Amino acid sequence: MTGWASRYGAPPWHLAVMVCCFALALYAGWRLVQGDPVGVALWFVGAALLHDLVLLPAYTALDRGARAAARRVRGVRRPGGAAGRERGTGNGPPPAGHLRVPATVSGVLFLVWAPLILGPAPAYERTTGLPPDGFGTRWVLITAALFAASAALYAARRAIAGRRRRHGRT
Amino acid sequence: MDGSEDRPRGPDAAPRPPPRPFPARLRGLARSGPPHGPSRPEFWRSPLRGPWLTSVLGAVLLVGIIVLFTTGLLSYAAYNPGLAAVNDRTPGKGILGGYLFDWPTDPPWLYRLTQGLHVTLGVALVPVLLAKLWSVVPKLFAWPPVRSSAHAIERLSLLLLVGGGLFVFTTGILNIQLEYLFPGSFYPLHFYGAWVFIAAFAAHVVLRFATMVRSLRSRGAPAEPRTPAAGAATEPDGGTGLVAPAPDPATVSRRGALGTVLLSSLALLAVTAGQSLGGPWRETALLAPRGRNPGTGPNGFQINKTAAAAGVGAADIGARWRLTVRGGGREVVLTRSEVAALPQATAALPIACVEGWSTGDQEWSGVRLRDLAALVGLGERPPGVFVESAQRSGAFRAAALSAAQTGDPRSLLALKVNGADLSADHGSPARVIVPANPGVHNTKWVTVLDFGGAA
Repeated sequence: MTGWASRYGAPPWHLAVMVCCFALALYAGWRLVQGDPVGVALWFVGAALLHDLVLLPAYTALDRGARAAARRVRGVRRPGGAAGRERGTGNGPPPAGHLRVPATVSGVLFLVWAPLILGPAPAYERTTGLPPDGFGTRWVLITAALFAASAALYAARRAIAGRRRRHGRT
Repeated sequence: MDGSEDRPRGPDAAPRPPPRPFPARLRGLARSGPPHGPSRPEFWRSPLRGPWLTSVLGAVLLVGIIVLFTTGLLSYAAYNPGLAAVNDRTPGKGILGGYLFDWPTDPPWLYRLTQGLHVTLGVALVPVLLAKLWSVVPKLFAWPPVRSSAHAIERLSLLLLVGGGLFVFTTGILNIQLEYLFPGSFYPLHFYGAWVFIAAFAAHVVLRFATMVRSLRSRGAPAEPRTPAAGAATEPDGGTGLVAPAPDPATVSRRGALGTVLLSSLALLAVTAGQSLGGPWRETALLAPRGRNPGTGPNGFQINKTAAAAGVGAADIGARWRLTVRGGGREVVLTRSEVAALPQATAALPIACVEGWSTGDQEWSGVRLRDLAALVGLGERPPGVFVESAQRSGAFRAAALSAAQTGDPRSLLALKVNGADLSADHGSPARVIVPANPGVHNTKWVTVLDFGGAA
């Protein structure tokens, strides 16, 4: 790298890309903030902060907490315990994924359709002529179906694993 | 899974870096202060993070966001913003409207397709977006926060990328649920927000494309998903700063993680797409705003805005309703029965909304717009028409149609739909219906057709 590039920290084309990016972003951004500059800035930066500092840590903590609780419930020693740390007794397929997957799918459905699930805006019924109720119930039923399907799959996998093990031993 | 931490590491496991000599450590501290909390690389424990996972998600978003941006631009073009002020929600667009073109009337399902794709794909990409952000979150806290001028300016562009992406997705997702919480009118926020986002997105693609391709090639996209859970931890970092130096044992494989993302996207698709497919599929849109019909019978299809919501009362559309046809210096005023006595035509056309929902073809019948132009002597080569509604206030109470739209033989001032008179909610006594036109430009409760006029 030349002296200039090492001072800048990247090759010149990097700066060219950044200049183009900010030129367009400022051109559009100026128009974006015409109505309510403070509100827009709050939403723009707030969306990033809310995701990075609230949503992501929250679902990570939820996942870790749930796994820790599951381990305690099954009475598995936390450290050491090479065999069956996540798996419990080592008897069949690990159950964690069978809770995690339906929980994730249900959570994402809720995140996207939360306004309707929690009860649509008063404008909804008036505007669309459609009944505003039922979204929450349907989400709960979908969630129940997801967990039920996952449990059925888990039971099937466990049964198959058990049969394999028995056949393997005889 | 099963205690992978006790297994011998594979040959591609990153060796632990030797401790740096003391003077270098001291200099490091003096320059940037000690990293702590999430700024320590060891804070991040998931063995899944690494260039391969980020690149897979990035590749999906690369394609998806190009489709979203393109269909979004098409939606703006579909409003024909150049025709009249009422058609343009973002009149200050400047060069951002440089691509605009006359929106065609063929195929008649064009807007149904582009806007259904825009909204449904946007909804289905939410899990991919979230997973992508999760995969790179250690970089947010990377220490030192600024390594060079280049790093600083690039981080600023990443704020536009992440903030812009979340802003555009959030405004879109709220708008389709009629939850107008955002600070201002949806159109400028979503349109200009998308341009800010795409500026940062394009720069990010230029700067990271080679890394993405290299990461995908090095692991081999078809081979990677078969990696068993226990092997998920090991991947060379390649200078990306994504791989956890001291990972926890894997509780899920990369295949499992990607599968969960895919399943979430498919679930969103399953509870959403029906509102755009229409017909028997509508019932499958269990959580989407337009997953049910507002009744049965000829008028039992989706209503964008009811008469009550638009403030149109019985007096506006009852016996005293008149249609004024203007143009070429002439004016004709007609009652409903006089309009009904004109030659009637039929056309099977859908209704498609900017919110992504649409209906299948409905059988509209009424008077061709070009026949109405002929009433004021403009039938040979009908110009565009400025349409006004009995709706007194609110957005889209008027719209301008292009000459091509006016001249299309399927463009009607409809009095009937599916064999019955229009209901009040569908624009009784007369509404415009034009092939491939965004729903809100198919003006309801029409009172004035001004051929060659504009406002």
